[in-house]
Amino acid sequence: MSEWFSELHAKFILDFVEKQRWMYIVDGLKITLLVTLLSLILGLAIGALIAVIRTTHDQLREENVGGIGKKLLGVADGICRLYLTIIRGTPTLVQLLLMFFVFLSTCNSKVTVAVITFGINSGAYVAEIFRSGIMAVDAGQMEAGRSLGLGYVDTMIQIIMPQAIKNCLPALVNEMITLLKETSICGYIGLNELTRGGDIIRGVTFDALLPLMVVAMIYLVLVMFFTWVMGKIERRLRESDIR
Amino acid sequence: MIYVNHLYKSFGDHEVLHDITEHIEPGEKVVIIGPSGSGKSTFLRCLNLLEHPTKGQVIFDGIDLTDPKTDINKVRQHMGMVFQHFNLFPHKTIMDNITLAPVRLKLMKPEEAREEALKLLRRVNLEEKADAYPGQLSGGQKQRIAIVRSLAMKPKMMLFDEPTSALDPEMVGEVLEFMKQLAEEGMTMAVVTHEMGFAREVGTRLFFMDEGRILEQGHPKEVFDDPKEDRTREFLSKVL
Repeated sequence: MSEWFSELHAKFILDFVEKQRWMYIVDGLKITLLVTLLSLILGLAIGALIAVIRTTHDQLREENVGGIGKKLLGVADGICRLYLTIIRGTPTLVQLLLMFFVFLSTCNSKVTVAVITFGINSGAYVAEIFRSGIMAVDAGQMEAGRSLGLGYVDTMIQIIMPQAIKNCLPALVNEMITLLKETSICGYIGLNELTRGGDIIRGVTFDALLPLMVVAMIYLVLVMFFTWVMGKIERRLRESDIR
Repeated sequence: MIYVNHLYKSFGDHEVLHDITEHIEPGEKVVIIGPSGSGKSTFLRCLNLLEHPTKGQVIFDGIDLTDPKTDINKVRQHMGMVFQHFNLFPHKTIMDNITLAPVRLKLMKPEEAREEALKLLRRVNLEEKADAYPGQLSGGQKQRIAIVRSLAMKPKMMLFDEPTSALDPEMVGEVLEFMKQLAEEGMTMAVVTHEMGFAREVGTRLFFMDEGRILEQGHPKEVFDDPKEDRTREFLSKVL
């Protein structure tokens, strides 16, 4: 038993302490968090925009308002649907490689390439999450707002959106978790994020167990932390549901 | 106050309203009854354009609502609407429910709107619910708040779409009582309802609708006591 322990200890020293190899993990974690955070923001922005365009298009179909505005909305809706089809229909890794080697091949920053790819990718999923959240709000809410004389946009912001976000929060947390873990494919374009950090150590020390286990643990702790924080926020938002 | 000219409404191939021409005068309390699917709710919803007429005009206060150039939001500020399912905003307190529209539309300052809201809440004895959320209220309370929310906009006319149909029987009375008070104060009202007692007592004119048409109309007492049409007689015999 003690033999096993001392062997483990030796491996630990070799994997993390020697030549400050633990810095691979720390630097990788920083990149992973940076890419996740920035693509999350980009994804939420793209998602919200698309969800609003698509629901507005669906809801205003009947109203006999402005001809040109409606046509533009129709075109925008078409573009959004094309975007959703392409992004959701192809693997993220292929999108990442295409971005890196083709569309953004002139871009020097791998972080930028990763953020743009994951932002655009996540946006497609977030759009559908937001849209389902908006559609889950009772149609009577829009009617009540409009019947008071509030405009479409005002009703959307004041009445529909707060309820929609509450509806789709669990699904959004899910998307956030997926995004965090999916950034691990950035190694394919040579971006040294967390997973690649662990893998580099493995390549140098020929020990796979400890570096990869540590990487896995860090992801796990991050996900548990996010889940906990979002659970708190969700409970706050449910305040008005007390009966 | 409101003119309806040759109003048609179809959902796809299904014609819901067929050539309705009517005029509601200020101070009138029009009660609309009829079997389900007769188009009475659709008719009411066409009056504030929640439903867009397929053909025809709705003219309120001299403004043609069906004209694409009309700012419908402006017109709706003067027409209150009360729904079957209350449609209070569940994420906002009662106070915010009432003050949201007047404040957002800059018709009142926040303090002014609050005071006005408290005045109205006192009227319906729900002052202590100002900071509660809709989920904490009974159906009857919710509907009275919904009426108050409309009144806070100081409307010239109120539309009621089956305001008591979703209520427990013992709560119908408190809502009808409040509506009766409004009627006595001279509010112009159009009410779709199944409450025949209310129709008889409060209504100044009754529409009986069937298959998208106003089949018969007149003073409620006349129509109830001496219906001219067979269809009206048949319907009344079932509900009275």
